[in-house]
Amino acid sequence: MAEIVSLRDAIADLVPDGATIAMEGFTHLIPFAAGHELIRQRKKDLTLSRMTPDVVYDQLIGMGCARKLIFSWGGNPGVGSLHRFRDAVEHDFPHPLEIEEHSHAGMAARYAAGASGLPFAVLRGYDGTDLGDHTRVAPIRCPFTDEELAAVPALNPDVTVIHAQQADRRGNIGMWGITGVQREAVLAARSAIVTVEEVVDELSASGPNHVVLPGWTVSAIALVPGGSHPSYAMGFSTRDNAFYTGWDAISRDRESFARWMEDFVLGAEDHAAYLERLGLGGG
Amino acid sequence: MPPTSKGSGLAVGEEAARSAVYTSDEMMTVTAARSLKDGQVCFVGIGLPSEAANLARLSHAPQVVLIYESGTIGTRPDILPLSIGDGELAETADLVVGVPEIFAYWLQAGRIDVGFLSAAQIDRYGNLNSTVIGPYDRPDVRLPGAGGAPEIAANAGEVIVMLRQTPRSFVPAVDFVTSLGFGRHGEGRSGSHGDGPTLVITDQGVLKPDTATHELTLVATHPGVDVETVRAHTGWELRVAEAVEVTEPPTTEELVILRDLKDRTRLAHAG
Repeated sequence: MAEIVSLRDAIADLVPDGATIAMEGFTHLIPFAAGHELIRQRKKDLTLSRMTPDVVYDQLIGMGCARKLIFSWGGNPGVGSLHRFRDAVEHDFPHPLEIEEHSHAGMAARYAAGASGLPFAVLRGYDGTDLGDHTRVAPIRCPFTDEELAAVPALNPDVTVIHAQQADRRGNIGMWGITGVQREAVLAARSAIVTVEEVVDELSASGPNHVVLPGWTVSAIALVPGGSHPSYAMGFSTRDNAFYTGWDAISRDRESFARWMEDFVLGAEDHAAYLERLGLGGG
Repeated sequence: MPPTSKGSGLAVGEEAARSAVYTSDEMMTVTAARSLKDGQVCFVGIGLPSEAANLARLSHAPQVVLIYESGTIGTRPDILPLSIGDGELAETADLVVGVPEIFAYWLQAGRIDVGFLSAAQIDRYGNLNSTVIGPYDRPDVRLPGAGGAPEIAANAGEVIVMLRQTPRSFVPAVDFVTSLGFGRHGEGRSGSHGDGPTLVITDQGVLKPDTATHELTLVATHPGVDVETVRAHTGWELRVAEAVEVTEPPTTEELVILRDLKDRTRLAHAG
């Protein structure tokens, strides 16, 4: 049963150094506050898994928290490169980063297999690409039709972290809009942390189809309003596209990146303080 | 079928003046938009493809069904999304499904007529690279990677590719095959369900794969672009059709719709 705790305690208790951690959210509902807390607690040797690494993983990689990245698209959406990710892959800075890359379809299938308790997933993909030479994919023949398909191994993170709009007092999670691969990533993981915009007596959307994860599938819930900034939570905030555009210049240079992280993440005691420093607090 | 130019009644001087006031990117976007038919189901990549697909929806193809890999189906954004998962896409969609579902039930199952893709590199057989420039283990440029592209290229009924034509992007051999066209040697697509790239639309003209050899062949140039210029922008000895057509220039209506869309987008993203 999910306990409602502080984000600091959830990260300290559930994420050891060296863990494989999936922080999911497909553009929407990205758990930035939890990523920042990993950085504040100086977590290291993490294997980071995420379909679209986005700025949150750029920050974790740039701060030296990651040993390995499992992903399928590592860019700043609509803007360009993730410069800290590129610096790690191209120049081993701040240290070498092992990568394991898939296609989106492959990553989604891997989480779904993990959630299903299966050892691998089957899909029609990867054929004719060079990905097969560099990642964990193998051909498999359908025993019924003889069609050759691709097999990818299940992905079972030690911890999955997501951000959602609401939890009720029993820990049931309400989430809407673009819901990505979060249910699969939570159900595939050994433990799960959910940060939420609000804790309520009754979820806004009524009816049992609107609970996307029952409380007993989640290990810890932390109340973190605005916890997905600069991503967004539909119904609570809009995507801070100007931030994403501005990140390009901040992250291009090692020193300006380090200064920004010091000013806005390490120098802020928690997410409320981060928002305050960005001039977004008090809302 | 491209729409007929609304400017056909203009005097020669006015026609020339009008054709001088659009950019080569606008020509590319308009050409790509025209290639979408009303009612088709289109899987849209972000950037140039998203611009073209929405121009089609706002002009000649109001019933086109736009699907983005974030799981938004039948979306009608009023502004262009910066990311593949902007709220605008969810708020204006017929339905939103999860990411495993969009790739399995919708794309893999064959419900997509047209996939719209871009890339950093393309070769003469329509293979696309969006993974690395240089060797994989020590890349000169680490690009974002595959995303949804490999399975869009494999499983969409056909693929329309849009990218600016330069010797750096049109290369003899791609550094990495992220998405299959017709294979490194034009051998074809034995295991794939869709037809692969049927059109490559650039800022210079239009290329189509030869039906026998699969080699990309220049079939049209945009107004004011000659074949030699296109050759100079291609990193291999470009095959040219016997009769090269000239694309119809953008109509005033197409330009107005496209520019309004981009102006609205700029304002919204300025935040």
